[in-house]
Amino acid sequence: MPPPTDSTKSDSQALNLDAALQLLEQSGHPLPRLRDTGKAAWLQAVIDGLCELSSRDPLTGLANRRHFELMLAGEVDRVARAGEPALVLMIDIDHFKKVNDAHGHPAGDEVLKHVAHTLSDCIRPMDTVARFGGEEFAMILPNCPPSFAHAVAERIRIRIQSMTIPIAAGETVRVTVSLGGAFAPQWVRSSPLLWVERADQQLYRAKAEGRDRACLEQPAVSFVSPEEKGLLFGTSQFQDLLS
Amino acid sequence: MSNGTTSESGRILAVTSGKGGVGKTFVSANLAAALAARGERVLVLDADLGLANLDVVLNLFPKVTLHDVLTGRIACSGLVEYSRLTPQVRDQLSEIILQLVPRFDRILLDTGAGISDVVLHAVSLADEVLVVVTPEPTSMTDAYATIKVLATLQKRRHVRLVVNQVSAAGEGRTIRNQLQLVVDRFVAPQLKAEGDSVPLVLELLGEIPIDPAVREAVGKRALLLVTMPGAPAATALTAAAARLAG
Repeated sequence: MPPPTDSTKSDSQALNLDAALQLLEQSGHPLPRLRDTGKAAWLQAVIDGLCELSSRDPLTGLANRRHFELMLAGEVDRVARAGEPALVLMIDIDHFKKVNDAHGHPAGDEVLKHVAHTLSDCIRPMDTVARFGGEEFAMILPNCPPSFAHAVAERIRIRIQSMTIPIAAGETVRVTVSLGGAFAPQWVRSSPLLWVERADQQLYRAKAEGRDRACLEQPAVSFVSPEEKGLLFGTSQFQDLLS
Repeated sequence: MSNGTTSESGRILAVTSGKGGVGKTFVSANLAAALAARGERVLVLDADLGLANLDVVLNLFPKVTLHDVLTGRIACSGLVEYSRLTPQVRDQLSEIILQLVPRFDRILLDTGAGISDVVLHAVSLADEVLVVVTPEPTSMTDAYATIKVLATLQKRRHVRLVVNQVSAAGEGRTIRNQLQLVVDRFVAPQLKAEGDSVPLVLELLGEIPIDPAVREAVGKRALLLVTMPGAPAATALTAAAARLAG
């Protein structure tokens, strides 16, 4: 970035950033240092803060749907190029409405926060977990082979199931989740929309089959098994290509 | 899913690969040039919405990308904003290709790396499929995966192969045979179990030798067939075009 010239400096000082700064302050985001006001670095810090704010869900602190969709689009491209397996999980709290109805919305919020916290605790650093909307969460798990996926989904389900959530003094609730998962077919570029749709279909299946369970889509036909690779490169003239 | 759009004049050939960087666009462009040299009216349509680079290879060649068509730079009825495969794009693609078919003897659809939903749909509109593969294990694995997808999802029973960057004569045949062997052993029983007993046949359309002239032509953003028609790779492409034209 070029150093700010006099004109950009005066322009940025002419900008009205009150609303932006107020938003940052109210959300507990560290404010850029006042003595740098008007400098490019200061403006950049304000913009970075706003970007961060607009990609987070305020209640749970997870990525919001907007950020999730951005990450998903990136993953779609990566998978298509690299041919690695990747999994999208849609996770929905079972009978969440009952929590709200029986204990009130603040209790519902506590449940959402605790579930969110546990979900973030279940993932690897490269994974993305987001609040997709309402009581629905979404996860992107890059490089997740189909053979691991069920164990991953089950681990999440059991962690949530075994959790006791304090909602008020001396009062706790327990919840379960249903999970639906779909793989990005290797070498098959999907659209983010179609991928989530497929995971959602599995989530509906998990709900229909009685909730508190994980349903995963069959892995794509493009998967090449070790046996197939073995035969493909099995003859002697290909041995040197493999080594 | 149907195999190809019933067409009076033009035949549609989808060129795909699985792995990127195997020379798919190079093959598409030069195969088209070789067909044009035979007197065919050929259109190359860049079906890679994401990473279209046919223009880089073709340089001055007349070029239509789906992006052009979809955004309206090329006149076709109905314009859509695209972002990957929306149901709208899905519907429009068929219509656009149908409109272009009567104007050409042959349309080559140069697809993206990997098989996107868009590409799978575009390929489904093609009469024939050509898979470009190199002797590299990753390319062969991806080509095999692609063939498997096309056989199972689109019921393809005839897939053509161009083996690019071979280092010895006959290597293309060996690779074709190896792919056919794995197809017979793993894909055919699966198709049979689904009640389809028509065999899946891989046809070697040609093998293109490693040739320094290719790098030179690509570097100049020129068509090999135009700048160095006598180069070994160019001769191989001309032979492949002859075989394709039948």
